Amino acid sequence: MSFLVRGYLEEKELPPRPSKERLKKKSVAYIECPQEIPCSPCFESCKYDAILMENINDVPIVDYEKCTGCMKCIRVCPGLAIFMLRFRNGKGYVTMPHEFLPYPKKGQKVILLNRRGEEIGEGTVTWILPPERNDKTALVTVEMDPELIFEARAFRIKGE
Amino acid sequence: MRLTEHPIVKFKRGKEITIYFNGEPVKAYEGETVASALYAAGITTFSRSFRFHRPRGFFCAIGKCSSCMMEVDGIPNIRICKVYVRDGMKIKTQNSFPNADSDFLSILDSIVDRFYPHGSHYRKFNKPKVLRDFVTKQVRRFAGTGNPPKKAFEEKGSFEEIETDIAVVGGGPGGMSAAIYAARTGARVVLMDENPFLGGQLVKQTHRFFGSGKHRAGTRGIRIAEILSNEVGELKNIDVRFETKVFGLYNGVVGAVEKDKKLLKIKAKKIVIATGAYERTLLFENNDLPGVYGAGGVQTLMNVFGIKPGDKGLIVGSGNVGLILTYQLMQAGIDVAAIVEAMPRIGGYFVHAAKVRRLGVPIYTSHTIKRAIGDKKVEGAEIVKLDENWCEVKGSEKRIDCDFICVAIGLSPTHELLYQAGCEMKFVPELGGLVPMRTEYGETTVEGIYVAGDVAGIEEATSAMMEGRIAGLDAAIKLGYGGEEAIRLRDEVVRDLKEFREGPFGERILSGIKKVTFEKEAISVSAPEREEAISEGIE
Ligand SMILES: Cc1cc2nc3c(=O)[nH]c(=O)nc-3n(C[C@H](O)[C@H](O)[C@H](O)COP(=O)(O)OP(=O)(O)OC[C@H]3O[C@@H](n4cnc5c(N)ncnc54)[C@H](O)[C@@H]3O)c2cc1C
Ligand code: FES
Repeated sequence: MSFLVRGYLEEKELPPRPSKERLKKKSVAYIECPQEIPCSPCFESCKYDAILMENINDVPIVDYEKCTGCMKCIRVCPGLAIFMLRFRNGKGYVTMPHEFLPYPKKGQKVILLNRRGEEIGEGTVTWILPPERNDKTALVTVEMDPELIFEARAFRIKGE
Repeated sequence: MRLTEHPIVKFKRGKEITIYFNGEPVKAYEGETVASALYAAGITTFSRSFRFHRPRGFFCAIGKCSSCMMEVDGIPNIRICKVYVRDGMKIKTQNSFPNADSDFLSILDSIVDRFYPHGSHYRKFNKPKVLRDFVTKQVRRFAGTGNPPKKAFEEKGSFEEIETDIAVVGGGPGGMSAAIYAARTGARVVLMDENPFLGGQLVKQTHRFFGSGKHRAGTRGIRIAEILSNEVGELKNIDVRFETKVFGLYNGVVGAVEKDKKLLKIKAKKIVIATGAYERTLLFENNDLPGVYGAGGVQTLMNVFGIKPGDKGLIVGSGNVGLILTYQLMQAGIDVAAIVEAMPRIGGYFVHAAKVRRLGVPIYTSHTIKRAIGDKKVEGAEIVKLDENWCEVKGSEKRIDCDFICVAIGLSPTHELLYQAGCEMKFVPELGGLVPMRTEYGETTVEGIYVAGDVAGIEEATSAMMEGRIAGLDAAIKLGYGGEEAIRLRDEVVRDLKEFREGPFGERILSGIKKVTFEKEAISVSAPEREEAISEGIE
């Protein structure tokens, strides 16, 4: 379990990627939660049985075909380990949980960070679930180069 | 130093008032502790060690370590992290000249130590008696803690005797759950906590909790505290006593002091102890320098009182507490230079580590802190790599710039009351230290005394709540409350708890619990057994 030495996942440790076709249809939950821990709010929140778990200690596995992109799970995940991914009109979109001040605004440019905290490019905020609607965890959708949707996992507002 | 904005917490500050610190006016807000008000005013040296007069700051911020003791309104040795400010309050540092910040005695002590080393007060200057008396008097002037008050205490104390079914000590998630579940069956409950609020550790946990939805996972710790204290408030048969410190258990009688004024004698048929845990410290050079704080202490300062501990921190320990604290510091706009972890891998949950790694915080596994750098306050730290045998790798030292260091290496159960009550104790490293033997329902070897939460073994709030429910229900059932329904509920929680602990993270806990669980028939504590427990505890 070398991700426990590094604190981030490497390519080969990531869950399988949803297909391009699936990503084009609507957004899909991508869960980066590789360790068996006693935690199950995502599983309990899913109305479509798209998250598979038999025991509270299991690693959650997403059935990408059943997932409707409703975002119930990303709102409750205490590990902030769920990201909604999507392709549309040649662009990539990642929806990430965000709990820092200042909360970004629609249209704002942001610097994208990968799992190691390195800057990997720029994106534009296209949608926000305001923090007050989700007990202070905002959800922020950032438009980016489609190549980056499996890389970008946090952002910094430009100029902050 | 006071935070005005925070993404999660809205700080409610009371009226602005003035307190006097060593004669100087200091601005404070009602609802703050003296320690947090002083810290917000930039005061970091709270006391001097009693022999070497080394500067000391706060460490735990929850009244457990005594490094913040000062004289408050003429009364010495008050832990100011547990005292709330009042307008006009007079606070003085003690055991220092002229004050703890610039203590001349620190020079004197380092010289004296050369020819009057540790332990020599037993051997030197013993004869003749006049010399001994003279030297003892002088030593007492320079060493020790605090001076006795100049005049006798004048206020009148009062006394109250209460009879109840179940007394619960500690108002954290464990204690509150015990009180709620017992009270729901109809039992009368007295719930006591030394703080002016309920919640225990939860009041500083701004993050969403892990666990199962049934036990409020996905909800922030601070909200769980609110939900539970509201439930407590709604139950008319729970008598909540705030600022009430329990000092002893005497054959079913709980001794406590309410608001420093009133002595309580509570006759209870059953007692649930849910006193939680306190933070451990770590041995390294200068580990007592102001700026070396317990992780929970920093959380209290920052998340409860809205005061910045510093500008840049170093975190020692990558368990969940260290990882979560790192994230919380960043949320408050404070930089974290690094996390060091002696083990070759991260100790806490991966997802907590990933949260801070993607914000650029380095995690040095197989590293430890070698020393804190600074004279009167932390100005940096030196870390060093460890090899497979946990030995320092020569030449791998690295300086980290930081102005505070958080020690997040684990907690120890607050077990003193159980010990004093005569419960059989056992030292179990998997559970964090000295813990009581107990049945599946949390009853100790002393009939009628139950345990729940961190005091029964360091774990999590979810398990603390489940243990609380089980203990509260079982105590009520034994008193004839609740009927079949209560028994069914108790057994259901027992099953949930088993499932919760089934994963790899529960393995350690389970192996610890195996060592301390006994079947009810086996109770009856004989004196030799207790002595054995005591000797194990001291080891
Ligand atoms: C940084 C951090 C992060 C955590 N994150 C999580 C998490 O994500 N999920 C999770 O499930 N758990 C988490 N926990 C653990 C959880 O907070 C504790 O396990 C839990 O609070 C223990 O509950 P308790 O009721 O046993 O004790 P506590 O919450 O410690 O409460 C004990 C109470 O008893 C009072 N008390 C003690 N002695 C006396 C006395 N003599 N008289 C009167 N009152 C007394 C204390 O003042 C205190 O209020 C975290 C802990 C920390 C420190
Ligand atoms: S007792 Fe006050 S800081 Fe520890």
